[in-house]
Amino acid sequence: MTTTQQEHVRASVPEAARMRTYAEAIREAHADLLANDPRVFVIGQGLWSPWYVGASMTDLDVEFGRERILDTPVSENAVTAAAVGAALTGMRPIVVHPRMDFMLLATDPIVNQAANWSYLFGGRSGAPVVVRSIINRGGEQGAQHSQALHAMFAHIPGLKVVMPATAEDAKGLLIAAVYDGNPVMYIDDRWLYEQNSHVPEGLYQTPIGQACVRRPGTDVTITALGYLVPEALKAADELARDGVDAEVIDLRTVAPLDRAAIRESVSKTGRLVIADPSWRTGGVSAEVAASVVEHDVRALKAPIHRVTLPDTPAPVPTSHEAAYYPRAAEIAKAVRACLLAP
Amino acid sequence: MTEAEYGSEVQLRLFTDMLRIRLFEERVADLVEAGEIRTPCHLYIGQEAVAVGACSGLRTTDTVWGGHRSHGHYLAKGGDLEAMMAEIFTKETGCSGGRGGSMHLYAPEVGILGTVPLVAATIPLAVGAALTSKLSARDDVAVTFFGDGATEEGHFHEAVNLAALYNLPVIFICENNLFASHLPLAERRRHDNIVDAATAHGIPGEVVDGNDVLAARNAMDRAVERARSGSGPTLLEMRTYRWRGHVGASWDLDVGVKRKGELAEWLAKDPIVRLAGHLQEAGIPSEQLSEIRRVCELEVEASVESARSANVPPVAELFEHVFVESAK
Repeated sequence: MTTTQQEHVRASVPEAARMRTYAEAIREAHADLLANDPRVFVIGQGLWSPWYVGASMTDLDVEFGRERILDTPVSENAVTAAAVGAALTGMRPIVVHPRMDFMLLATDPIVNQAANWSYLFGGRSGAPVVVRSIINRGGEQGAQHSQALHAMFAHIPGLKVVMPATAEDAKGLLIAAVYDGNPVMYIDDRWLYEQNSHVPEGLYQTPIGQACVRRPGTDVTITALGYLVPEALKAADELARDGVDAEVIDLRTVAPLDRAAIRESVSKTGRLVIADPSWRTGGVSAEVAASVVEHDVRALKAPIHRVTLPDTPAPVPTSHEAAYYPRAAEIAKAVRACLLAP
Repeated sequence: MTEAEYGSEVQLRLFTDMLRIRLFEERVADLVEAGEIRTPCHLYIGQEAVAVGACSGLRTTDTVWGGHRSHGHYLAKGGDLEAMMAEIFTKETGCSGGRGGSMHLYAPEVGILGTVPLVAATIPLAVGAALTSKLSARDDVAVTFFGDGATEEGHFHEAVNLAALYNLPVIFICENNLFASHLPLAERRRHDNIVDAATAHGIPGEVVDGNDVLAARNAMDRAVERARSGSGPTLLEMRTYRWRGHVGASWDLDVGVKRKGELAEWLAKDPIVRLAGHLQEAGIPSEQLSEIRRVCELEVEASVESARSANVPPVAELFEHVFVESAK
């Protein structure tokens, strides 16, 4: 393993571990930012609701006041644009979309405005806005309450897209997003809200654009995002029992993609399985694959395998959901197929 | 009614500001026709009283947000004329570094925070700027200019509701020039009642003669007073007319838009001629007005020469500015 990779490997839990859930870590990031920076405010639907966006925003309105924690009318477009306008005039807003599907109503301020703002004005202005959205799938919610649309936004020049998979990164990436100075799509995953990890105190930043080796290995590289990171780690544990040593890379940032980390790992393992919690066509999995083969086609000993959602809207019946969303078993199966190739 | 409230000095400034916009735009029209300017230009000719009436009483720190037809807003708010001409020539000396062209103007030093061509886009951006004022306990107001077509976008209504709900210091100025691109107002809505949106959202609204610069200034002064004193937003529907076509230099009489008679009526309501009449009645000699015109013409011509001699940003910089340089 190179030095760079060693730096990326998450140290084992420190002695005085400060265990927090993913949802608590998101709340703590907001609280620390609000306490330390008067430019920060939060705006979006559900911020005063009894459920507080999956308990990720609990009592922030009580602690910091409803002037800075603004619950809103059902107006995704104007609310997101108002956050962009506030960002253009010196604030550091975080706008919250409790369901990513609804955020599509706000594509003008995100895609046409915030993403292009710096370029249009020759770098003399920019929109330091964080647009937080949540993938909230399963539970028979169906196609309009389930979508993982990170690839759509990663396609747009001028946007950064981050997707934390651990509690530590959930906090560190939100703080990094607020201080980045550019529009950042912060996408968190409802299926990870109960995940526990050590979460440091204070305003630390997880670097945007840097993947993380969650498990070093030599036989095959698995890249994963969002809820598929813990699934990939489970798959790696299962494979280890059969003597397969898989390296698991948590991409963490979709745009800009850490192509160097992916290439470095594949140059060592020669085999690549890509786990992406969204559709296959035109998605991030294709971009990860391309970043390897366009760099060095000889790096691969076997065809790339992808574990993604089928190109089908999210189903409603529980049995269909079970077949639709890949888990550790599907990742392990893909790894075995990849290893069978000569 | 309002002439008496503004003395000759103020009126002369309004006259100068309107004439300067007119002469700038007419020169741009010539350069578009000559093929020297290629970026799409949406000319403001005929609507000068709206921008000048609305901006002349604002502070530098009050923000202005515009759309595709914003050369007039930029000049009325105090934006540097030479830098805008250079921008329209896509030169690196332009107000947006030559990266924006006519439709993307930026002059934060005078409060022009951005003009962009997505219809209605800057309406909620201005609401955000007003939210910044409120959260920062400042009394700067945010002003957004948009056309009648923009009131048909959903986010116009979302934005007005949001501003009303949060009682924000923002002024919504609908420049109703009776056209959205080629399509007249009557073919886009059942009633000619844009201003009623104000009542529906619970804020004051007013229809203003947008070809009367003093009426525009007066209505704006009252709206600004409300916004600064914490009484919230206002919608002003300023009725005016776009003399030229939606885009480019033509008069739109040759592209199937049947408006010849209507245009003749509106040409007779020229806001600059109208104010010149008041000034002459008040004893300002016509020679003084001619001198103002001569000075403006010289300034515009100098800006053309300056723009011509400047450089386009190097092609090698094509990839720059996708992101801002450094974290702040």
